[in-house]
Amino acid sequence: MSSTYQQFQQIILPILPELVVIGVALSVLVLDFFIEKERKAILGWYSLGGIIIAAYASTKLMSMGGIFFDGTFLLDPFSTYFKFVFYIACGLGILVSMNYLKIEDIHRGEYYALMLFATSGMMMMASAGDLITLYLGLELMALSVYILAGFMRRDNRSNEAAIKYLVLGAFSSGIMIYGMSLLYGLSGTTSLSGILSFLQSADLANPVIFLSMIMLIVSFGFKVAAVPFHMWVPDVYEGAPTPVTAFMSAGPKVAGFAVLLRIFLYTLGPLHEHSTAILSGLAVLTMAVGNIMALSQTNIKRMLAYSSIAHAGYALVGLAAGGQEGAASVMLYVCIYALMNMGAFGVVILLRKAGERGEEITDFAGLGKTNKTAAFLMLIFLFSLTGIPPMAGFVGKFYIFKSAVQAGLVWLAVAGVLFSSISAYFYLRVIMVMYMSEPKGPIELSFAPSLALALAISATSVIWIGVYPTDLLNYARASIIGIF
Amino acid sequence: MLELNLHQLDYPLLSLLIFIPVLGSFLLLFIRNAAMVRRIALAFSLVELGLCLPLLLNFNSATPNMQFGESLSWIAAWNINYRIGVDGISVLFVALSTLLTVISIMVSWTAIQDRVREFMIAMLFLEAAMIGVFVSLDLFLFYIFWEAMLIPMYLLIGIWGGPNRLYAAIKFFLYTLVGSVLMLIAIIAVYFAAGRTFDVLEIMNHTFSTSFQFWAFAAFFAAFAVKVPMFPVHTWLPDAHVEAPTAGSIILAGILIKMGAYGFLRFSLPFFPDAAVAWTPAIMTLSVIAIIYGAYMAFAQKDFKKLIAYSSVSHMGFVTLGMFALNLQGMEGGILQMLNHGVSTGALFLAVGVIYERTHTRLIADYGGIAAKVPVYATFLLIITLSSIGLPGTNGFIGEFTILLGAFLHYKLAAVIASLGIILGAGYMLWLYQRVALGKITNPHNEHLADMNMREVVAALPLVALVFIIGLYPNAAFGVMHASVANLLQHMHAKMQSAPAVTQTLGTLIGN
Repeated sequence: MSSTYQQFQQIILPILPELVVIGVALSVLVLDFFIEKERKAILGWYSLGGIIIAAYASTKLMSMGGIFFDGTFLLDPFSTYFKFVFYIACGLGILVSMNYLKIEDIHRGEYYALMLFATSGMMMMASAGDLITLYLGLELMALSVYILAGFMRRDNRSNEAAIKYLVLGAFSSGIMIYGMSLLYGLSGTTSLSGILSFLQSADLANPVIFLSMIMLIVSFGFKVAAVPFHMWVPDVYEGAPTPVTAFMSAGPKVAGFAVLLRIFLYTLGPLHEHSTAILSGLAVLTMAVGNIMALSQTNIKRMLAYSSIAHAGYALVGLAAGGQEGAASVMLYVCIYALMNMGAFGVVILLRKAGERGEEITDFAGLGKTNKTAAFLMLIFLFSLTGIPPMAGFVGKFYIFKSAVQAGLVWLAVAGVLFSSISAYFYLRVIMVMYMSEPKGPIELSFAPSLALALAISATSVIWIGVYPTDLLNYARASIIGIF
Repeated sequence: MLELNLHQLDYPLLSLLIFIPVLGSFLLLFIRNAAMVRRIALAFSLVELGLCLPLLLNFNSATPNMQFGESLSWIAAWNINYRIGVDGISVLFVALSTLLTVISIMVSWTAIQDRVREFMIAMLFLEAAMIGVFVSLDLFLFYIFWEAMLIPMYLLIGIWGGPNRLYAAIKFFLYTLVGSVLMLIAIIAVYFAAGRTFDVLEIMNHTFSTSFQFWAFAAFFAAFAVKVPMFPVHTWLPDAHVEAPTAGSIILAGILIKMGAYGFLRFSLPFFPDAAVAWTPAIMTLSVIAIIYGAYMAFAQKDFKKLIAYSSVSHMGFVTLGMFALNLQGMEGGILQMLNHGVSTGALFLAVGVIYERTHTRLIADYGGIAAKVPVYATFLLIITLSSIGLPGTNGFIGEFTILLGAFLHYKLAAVIASLGIILGAGYMLWLYQRVALGKITNPHNEHLADMNMREVVAALPLVALVFIIGLYPNAAFGVMHASVANLLQHMHAKMQSAPAVTQTLGTLIGN
């Protein structure tokens, strides 16, 4: 009896949240057969329930930590923190999807199943203690999101998005595998801690080590949309169904940062000097291109796509700063970013109704007169994305730049704040259109309780974290300090 | 060294001052009736004004310490505290902020008809942020208020402004933001250099290396110079002033641009005294340029509001001139001139707002001879004009006189050139008055102009009263600020580490 329990403790318990998410995903596929088309939203609520149960399991597991499955799976505060961010991204993603799928007439059960599979992949990525697990999680996530991007299969743009994402994604996966195989060839192990101990005693001047690091930067740069590996972002973000775009900009991107943090600050820690130089350069480039390109966009999804590139740049600043403070700042930032970006996309989805895309910035004209609440929510999210206090976005950026200054990268922090001032222009342009131009006509919103709930959650969090960040900040710091 | 006097009263007066307007704006969210919204907003702003009474009555002007202090832990991981308090400098601006908010709400009574609720929410939110800026004693807290203020001001200009409001609003926002974010980096650098603290009083006692001071001063300067605004980063001001609704102009001229100068006093000078001295020649030059250039530009304006905007550039040049004379007279004169400018220019914008509401034109050429039709208005305008010129007996005279006195002790040439600015000021203001009020009525539309009504008179009266109170009894203001200003200079003197020659000069100047 006790041995069964021990086995349970060793095998089932640590991956219980993942098992819940995957189990719910599989059952969604089955249940889909029994639920008629008009009532597919039930599956959405069902999936959301699964996410909440998984989140509950994660809170119960917070006291339990350790290394499982021969070092391939890590249950540590770091991974748990990221899992909570994924729950938020997936939960909000489901909430903003329900009504949209109905309007687009693509309400099928697979959608929720794919979203859950992607989430479980991201959870694996955060918990990976081994290159193989890492890759497995990454592909599980990526393959699900490729399909989600092309979910509107009768829409050309959606198809284009899926193909583009798939081809370039596969290419970047290849580069990643190449980099990993080089590391394996040198160290003889795929375990992250094994590679670390190899590097600690290795001759770091070896160009092969350097080459594998570059390859990892390139491939993860693709996942988090860092410049110059960002080319896919605008088209994919524009073409994919808007809730998928929202989910992509929050979930997979954050998962990419989880892995970047673990690999570059832990496994490749001994190479910190080299990686910092490259990551700093990448950060500046990403902030510059993201913010400057966003200035001229007329489609709000494209603008938010470039804005998400820019935000990856800010997070890269924290990564370049390195150390536990740098890592904590990235962790805080991605959580805040996921919330505010989800919110902004939520308002964009609100404008989508049958027969009208509602994706041009001019479609927002006069929203401040016709739909005060929607406009006010967008105002909150946009000021937060700009980084104006008292919104959460400010706290996130503040921590990033603070850790950069602490690491001696003052120039990087100065570049960051200047580019973030540029961003004020395009975010404020939307506010201007909403509040300062006349409505073209009555704007009907595709209001739905699920969407309203998602917007309420994200808006409240954005303001609450902005005014009183202590709790989240302490949690982020506690999840990293002393871990690596 | 300065201390924070906690528990002076048995209620948190300063927190009430910050959060009552916030509460008011929340309440307004649920009110739909425009008339009701106006009354509630006015009531809240009057409560704020009323709270200034215990503030001023209990204020001890004998001590330079921070009074009415409150301190709560806020973000412990970064050692950020909710620390607030006022000294003899900030208490004056808190009072001025509450007064000008009441006046702004009163002048918007009929002028704002569109989205009244949102307008009043923005006004109250703005008031909270303004007071927050003046009472913050934690750099992080200060920055939060400093930036948060941009949101309502941006909306005020952008939504309720004139025809070119979009351009003016975004220009205002971007100029201020770029300056502010550079200061943010400096704030972070100061935090680490001073041993991980944002506490203003603690940082004051820390001595930074000279090179650090130089760069940090430059970064703070970027934020404050844009706000003042100093030449050559003043170009947002004429646009913002012209396009803003009357209430926005009053707050902009009365409070917002004072914050830059206040920032110099509160942060730049006590934190980085060596750098301040090193930067003085440059700042003096810029101030003199601003004085002359602003006056010169004011002559050329056809637009009533633009003329006042450029006169603001000129007057704020006097403020920085006095402040960076780095002696008692100059600094006290500078602070008084900030108050004066808040009163006079606030009143001038009020005057423009009153007449604009009737005629819907701001072009000076559309007026002329209106004194015969609107005697009360013309009298009000005359008093304010004279105060703005600095006629003895009005507040403007005392301010400009002490500033020039202070500047003359240290920078004779600057003082001489600056006094030309006063003459020019008299020129463009009197010419303005002549073109607007005197002579025969040139525009037939003005034949049936209605004079100021009761509400407008009530709004204008406190400002007129202040013109004469400060003009005839300047000690009312000097007395409050004296201990704090003297302490600031002493503090700078004590902290000065390099350039002994400069230190000596400063020492003798304090002796004067």
